Amino acid sequence: MPILDFLYKPKNELEKGGRAVAPVQEDQGEPEKECPNCRKSIPLSRIWANANTCSCGFHFRMSARQRISFITDKGSFKEMYSDIVSNDPLKFEGYAQKLETVRAASNENEAVICGTASIGGTKCVLFVMEPNFMMGSMGSAVGERITRAFEYATKKGLPVVGYTVSGGARMQEGLISLMQMAKTSGAVKRHSDAGLFYLTVLTDPTTGGVTASFAMEGDIILAEPGATVGFAGARVIEQTTRKTLPKGFQKAEFLLEHGFADAIAPRRYQRSLVAMLLKMHCGGEQA
Amino acid sequence: MSGEAYEIVRKARSAGRCTGLDFIKGIFNHFFELHGDRRFADDSAIVGGVAYLNDMPVTVIAIEKGHNARERMQRLFGAPNPEGYRKALRLMKQAEKFHRPVICFVDTSGAYCGIGAEERGQGLAIAENLCEMMTLNTPVISILIGEGGSGGALALSVADRVYMLENAVYSVISPEGCASILWKDSTRAADAADCLKLTAKDAKELGIIEDIISEDQIDTPDFFPALRERLAAEIEELKKDHALLDHRYNRFRAFGKTK
Repeated sequence: MPILDFLYKPKNELEKGGRAVAPVQEDQGEPEKECPNCRKSIPLSRIWANANTCSCGFHFRMSARQRISFITDKGSFKEMYSDIVSNDPLKFEGYAQKLETVRAASNENEAVICGTASIGGTKCVLFVMEPNFMMGSMGSAVGERITRAFEYATKKGLPVVGYTVSGGARMQEGLISLMQMAKTSGAVKRHSDAGLFYLTVLTDPTTGGVTASFAMEGDIILAEPGATVGFAGARVIEQTTRKTLPKGFQKAEFLLEHGFADAIAPRRYQRSLVAMLLKMHCGGEQA
Repeated sequence: MSGEAYEIVRKARSAGRCTGLDFIKGIFNHFFELHGDRRFADDSAIVGGVAYLNDMPVTVIAIEKGHNARERMQRLFGAPNPEGYRKALRLMKQAEKFHRPVICFVDTSGAYCGIGAEERGQGLAIAENLCEMMTLNTPVISILIGEGGSGGALALSVADRVYMLENAVYSVISPEGCASILWKDSTRAADAADCLKLTAKDAKELGIIEDIISEDQIDTPDFFPALRERLAAEIEELKKDHALLDHRYNRFRAFGKTK
């Protein structure tokens, strides 16, 4: 057929090879987002194409599912414990309704997603916290899912990779939330005592009860550029001490400087970094 | 019902209340204070040392608020810095080495909130205590004697048995903080106190603590001796437990467990 191409009579301009295509219309319709760092407006598609980062280096927040597809080997993620949800143990005023609203708005039923996955070919247990669900706050379900994830990893001899983002303990579950700090820490300790590897990636923001438990308990702690990580909230500290906070206070770089993180992990090479560290701790050979 | 919980919050915070050092003096003999975390400093908000409980050597750790204004300033109102938690951990590890039980008295509005505390890793200090206490191979008893403020209190309360005084409180956040975050109105602290279920009675109902210690006798000379005998009996019981660490793990594992 192609031999006879020269005999073919084009039926229209397009078939003829086309004239110059009509100039591409400047896409006015695409939603944009302003980068809080460089103040430029960037089309959403470009942000997404760059793993939610701006060309200036600013890292936007990422939903848990976005992160999972960003970090794991394609098709390897299998979710676990998605049926564990909070059930308003204190019957706290307005909480049941709040849960309902947040579930509808975020399309998630809790503030952490757990499962197994492989990253760069190494199998691991993964938990990723969800900023769009009550700012990743830890209630009984978050604590239970993470505890189970660690118990499962201990039983199967798997490493754990954890992405933290949290405003802290979920106050609507009162003491039950507080106890999750001890519960998860106990599970991390057992996993650690079994000689298994736990890597945390601290993302913006990681604060309060999550910082004071499993976020800081990793064998290796990475932090995303510019992420706020701390125990007490910056505004609370400013109000109680009446002191001006130093520049960059509680940012990832501040953590690195004070010795509380091993390295900053930009998304540009975060995936390969996590993959390499996993491989290094799980008997894999040099890539 | 409304306001009742906040009334207890007021009592828990009141200046006339027995502090950690009062409990140490009342219960133990030959208390010898040990200072410093061996890393950075000595935190005066946490007092720790060795003592005798009847004839048994024990390690005692207490958060101390101080009685008067001067003491309170010096003790940072009982808000420990990271070095305080690290001192406590050092003393607990020492207790484990010498097979001494650990008894903690908790009374804090929360871990200290400041620039230095963050620079020295407040979050990590608490997290390490949670991890290490979970596997500390010696009996641990914690008593909340006044305020049990969030992670700062939990960092000394990962114990085999946890008790609360009748008018002590234990909470994930202060009622004022909760009200201002939830309702943007810190004057609704009393409502928040109700919602948070932070009294000893609530904590017992939720299974967070083993028992409530009545304050009826607290001003009489019988109070501390009775508590001493009770602690001694509890420790004897815990010493016989050959699966102590499993039981401690499961004690906390049960909170918020589903199915």
